Amino acid sequence: MKILVCISNVPDTTTKITFTDNNTQFNTVGVQFILNPYDEIALARAIELTEGGKGTVTVINVGEVSTEATIRKALAIGADDAIRINAKPHDAWFVAYQVAQYVKENPFDLILTGRESIDYNGSKVAGMLGELLDIPSVSIIKKLDIDSDKGTVEREIEGGKEILIIPFPFVAGAAEGVAEPKIPNMRGIMSARTKPLKVIEPAEVKTLSEILSYETPAPRGQVKLIPAEDSGKLVGLLHSEARVI
Amino acid sequence: MPVLIYAENTGGKFKKSTFEAISYAKAIADQLNTNLVAISIGDVKADVLALAGKYGADKILNVSNDRLKHFANQAYASVIAEAAKKEQAEIVVLSNSFSGRGLAPRIAVKLQAGMADGAVALPETSGGKFTVKKTAFSGKAFATVELTSANKVISLTPNSYKVVEQPGVGQIEEMAAELRDSDFKAVVKEIVQSADKVSLPDAEIVVSGGRGLKGPENWGMIEELADLLGAATACSKPVSDAGWRPHSEHVGQTGIAVSPNLYIAVGISGAIQHLAGVSSSKVIVVINKDPEAPFFKVADYGIVGDAFEVVPKLISAIKEYKASA
Repeated sequence: MKILVCISNVPDTTTKITFTDNNTQFNTVGVQFILNPYDEIALARAIELTEGGKGTVTVINVGEVSTEATIRKALAIGADDAIRINAKPHDAWFVAYQVAQYVKENPFDLILTGRESIDYNGSKVAGMLGELLDIPSVSIIKKLDIDSDKGTVEREIEGGKEILIIPFPFVAGAAEGVAEPKIPNMRGIMSARTKPLKVIEPAEVKTLSEILSYETPAPRGQVKLIPAEDSGKLVGLLHSEARVI
Repeated sequence: MPVLIYAENTGGKFKKSTFEAISYAKAIADQLNTNLVAISIGDVKADVLALAGKYGADKILNVSNDRLKHFANQAYASVIAEAAKKEQAEIVVLSNSFSGRGLAPRIAVKLQAGMADGAVALPETSGGKFTVKKTAFSGKAFATVELTSANKVISLTPNSYKVVEQPGVGQIEEMAAELRDSDFKAVVKEIVQSADKVSLPDAEIVVSGGRGLKGPENWGMIEELADLLGAATACSKPVSDAGWRPHSEHVGQTGIAVSPNLYIAVGISGAIQHLAGVSSSKVIVVINKDPEAPFFKVADYGIVGDAFEVVPKLISAIKEYKASA
């Protein structure tokens, strides 16, 4: 059982997002980068599924050398080895293409991603990878179990859930519910330093999108406070002033 | 070259998010002076299909193959990409729904298309560039993305574009799809529908509870308030982490991002991660007994008070309002 977990390096969830260079660049000054929280869930489940010698977990990241701290964290949590494709992750298509090239040479039974990265929120890499490899993909899963040749996943649908059985290999994007994130222990942190981290150069590919600029949401006006004893008045305001009910 | 819209159905019906996506795609087609073709896959009756025309589709392709009765990610993606090629559509629009998120990236790869996910506004096409505004940093920002490829795939954030009726009538055409067995490897074993619940991502009103409610046993009033308003229920991260409510209700940076017309937060202090997931709500109401709660800074209306006193008052005021309306 060989599992590949695609990980990304994202700003910590408490980061206040600001931009520089006339709002064309994300301001990384003072920003702490972390392992994307959904990727952490995917990684935790991959480790659970391979525990006790049942398989191996490889993590793969498309990023520059600055992402290695995050990759080491994944190794400390329990991945067996890591691949870094040495390139700036231009967009989801670029990342999916690089990972697909690697997987074509080095096949896996199961490929996991997070449901989305918390910086660009595309939810795209899982589907693009599936298409590039011509294998099934499920974009947002809430549960994942496996047996020898297939997986059972639970996918969220509008107003309910769907349970699918999918033969290996396939790609799935993990969301909350799949596993609880794991905290690395001291042994994990020590061994992470010596686990293999292979750096490979990217394949050439034409990019299909460019981020031109960023903006932050327009600030809201002053809050209108309603005294607690007049709570009922809110209903009138929502109807006649805000026009939302 | 027309614009192609995937008209997603849920149990044979189009939901509001589908009509939003059709209206949005119609506006793009108008911008580019071209037609709008809709594609529907599955078991959808003619009177429902005709509704796609009411919102702007000039032609409606109906794919009603037995093997496609139920959503099949790979096969649906193949059929939509095939329709785009047949119709010579360069732009494909979908709703950024659960299924849309699975389909759009596969279609983008098939068409070698740049993809804008989670669009919140119409594209800008002036100056020879095709740009789309989308959410980024989990609701903390927006990014303007240029799609540099000839083909383009856009998925629309639910509740971010108004449904607009059009005078025209769409012509329904049957489309025979070429299917490959390898697109049917994933097999649906079971579907569980939660009865009558308003689905969170496309709800127009959301009532959300936090730790201030003290325990899962106190959710009755949140559900009653939501029922009265036709709203979906949601919660903060600590609440779903504690198992008081299911993860599927968790709104915030690492949960679901919502953009309803009205978001009512009860007993939620407003951590930056939670605010990220709700910041594109049109109107925010915050009920919290702590006047210093950060949520009040981004609220439109606030009530400083005990949820256990305020919510019942709201419930009776809404009942009165409904009785008089």
